[in-house]
Amino acid sequence: MSEVNEWIDGVVKDNDVVLFMKGTPEQPQCGFSGRVVQILDYMQVPYQGINVLESDMLRNGIKEYSDWPTIPQLYVKGEFVGGCDIITELFQSGELKQNLLDNGVVLETA
Amino acid sequence: MAMDAHTLEEMIRDAFPDAVVEIRDLAGDGDHYAASVVSAQFTGKSRVQQHQMVYKALKGKMGGELHALALQTSAPEDQ
Repeated sequence: MSEVNEWIDGVVKDNDVVLFMKGTPEQPQCGFSGRVVQILDYMQVPYQGINVLESDMLRNGIKEYSDWPTIPQLYVKGEFVGGCDIITELFQSGELKQNLLDNGVVLETA
Repeated sequence: MAMDAHTLEEMIRDAFPDAVVEIRDLAGDGDHYAASVVSAQFTGKSRVQQHQMVYKALKGKMGGELHALALQTSAPEDQ
């Protein structure tokens, strides 16, 4: 496993919820990343935001790690859950909340 | 760089010959599309796996030539 993959592996395993995004939660730099930030903030999910714009190696490494070609990417307990479309769908159907609760993630609203 | 809707549809059809495919050009710039793909190949696959299958059909164009593709995938009986 490459160095960046190892780093990614560590981050997603050490944090319950991780969002690899363009920009930061406070200042998303892309509409798709911004939408997932809005969903997570609305659900008051505690999460780690990782700005992939800070390093090309990370920006490409994360796509290789998950075999997913775009950003943002959401991970819950080390599992890749989806990009913007899937997270939006899961949120609207209530499956995202269920996934988080099933994984023992404490939501402030719960 | 951009991709025209016809090429996008053809690439998806090549990989999913049985599929019902609908392409919508979201921005008219060849960079932002929505596509819905219904294929028996998706049966029993998670959403992530289904989308990964479509991205594979696009042979690395996704995220490069094609900036945004809003995907709706389902197996025939899911409808």
